[in-house]
Amino acid sequence: MAKYTLLIYGDEAQWEGKTPEEDTIHHGAHATFAAAAGAKIGGGEQLAPAATATTLRSDGAGGVTTTDGPFLETKEALGGFYLIDASDLDEAIKLASMLPEVRESHSGVEIRPVVENG
Amino acid sequence: MVAAVAQAHRRDWAQVFAATAQLTRDLDLAEECAQDAYEQALHTWPVRGIPDRPGAWLTTTARNRARDLLRRESAFRRAMPLLVPDETGPGPEAGLDDDRLRLIFTCCHPALARDAQIAVTLRLVCGLTTAEVARAFLVREPTMAARITRAKKKISAARIPYRVPSPDQLGDRVSVVLEVIHLIFTTGHTAPDGPELVRRDLVDSAIGLARLLHLLMPTDAEVTALLALLLLTDARAGTRQDPGGRLLLLSEQDRTRWDRPMISEGIRLLTEALRREGPTRYAVEAAIAATHAEAPAWPDTDWAEIAALYGVLRRLWPSPVVDLNHAVAIGLRDGPAAGLEALEPILADPALATYGYLSAARADFLRQLGRWPEAAEAYTEALALSGNAAEQAFLSGRLDEVRRQLP
Repeated sequence: MAKYTLLIYGDEAQWEGKTPEEDTIHHGAHATFAAAAGAKIGGGEQLAPAATATTLRSDGAGGVTTTDGPFLETKEALGGFYLIDASDLDEAIKLASMLPEVRESHSGVEIRPVVENG
Repeated sequence: MVAAVAQAHRRDWAQVFAATAQLTRDLDLAEECAQDAYEQALHTWPVRGIPDRPGAWLTTTARNRARDLLRRESAFRRAMPLLVPDETGPGPEAGLDDDRLRLIFTCCHPALARDAQIAVTLRLVCGLTTAEVARAFLVREPTMAARITRAKKKISAARIPYRVPSPDQLGDRVSVVLEVIHLIFTTGHTAPDGPELVRRDLVDSAIGLARLLHLLMPTDAEVTALLALLLLTDARAGTRQDPGGRLLLLSEQDRTRWDRPMISEGIRLLTEALRREGPTRYAVEAAIAATHAEAPAWPDTDWAEIAALYGVLRRLWPSPVVDLNHAVAIGLRDGPAAGLEALEPILADPALATYGYLSAARADFLRQLGRWPEAAEAYTEALALSGNAAEQAFLSGRLDEVRRQLP
């Protein structure tokens, strides 16, 4: 078994613009994914919009600067993630394919292996 | 003796490497052991003679070497990610349990970029050296080495499994493998750049891969069709240039020198593919090649058949290049004026804006109609868009011919 994160990216404006019906279907799809993956899900959260983010960086002089906003200002933002266990990339792809974001035109899911130490 | 080892390299590399990788679960270590085995053959075979089954001898030697190294290293075996073995998930269909197939599907996994798929397929399955792969794609050796290393790292770190896909995924995954083989072939068949028209090592690698896949998956119609297409196309390879290197058109080629046994094999495979599944992309392309192969001379070509086949291909595999070939076939069936008219709708296609064959086709119809100034302009455009020396020589010849007609 190996751990993967499923990073869900998309256009926040389009996510927020969903009708209540679309929203219900969307959450239903996540519930279906969660049911299918079961104990393979090690965690996962929906993130508040990127506008609420605070980023810390080196100021180049030994100190830290605090800026308002995400690390990368992009049209598509990280909207949420799951941590899953899968035997290999094929299984991770199979599970991630059930997420509704892989079928929306503005969003996508990035599968990143987790480095396991020890 | 060196020749015997070289032959065993061409024929058995995939088997030796794949069986070793199955044991080591580490592509770099498997490569090292497989290379060691070939090295050892160079020393041992001259003394003890060539073994009855060279491939089996090499595989055993490589795997023994791997076992030694693994035993020695096991104490401090790195926490390095290893290839995911073939023991999880639904097994492959009966008859597909083969290390070489596992290796091909690993190298052509959709999670690898197309460039990476091609590079590791040529390096690991076909056994080309990194320098050879780099030369084939006209990149510097360190660039290609980095591309191959990156792909191998991704295979182990992301755990791309060393496995023949389960039956529900097999169709899609075979399509990716066939695209990779087809691309290796087309790159070799008309090298996009450089002094040679054909890169024999790539063409032979592609045909070798298609043959291997057909051997391992004899009932897959698309595999059969692709092998047919490659054979029917390559059967003409020896006649595509004159002794001076000038590109010869189909109409100019010496058909008596086309490889007849290869054509017969291609047609037999095509017939089999069509019987199994009917027209698919590669089968229709093979049928077009077969129609050319069956015409005793250029004027005998069945252009109605070819135009009809391109019509079918436009539905199965829509692409601006297929539209172009369809228009050219119409021109050859109904005359240059009809051809020019058929080209009209695709002239503005942005996908073809830098595609030299469109200008060349247009130039040819204009030349036949005696519209000299327009023909000269179109040949000039085609010439500017071609990077292949043999093609350029052909187009320059035509351009001179047309310019002599100008007032």
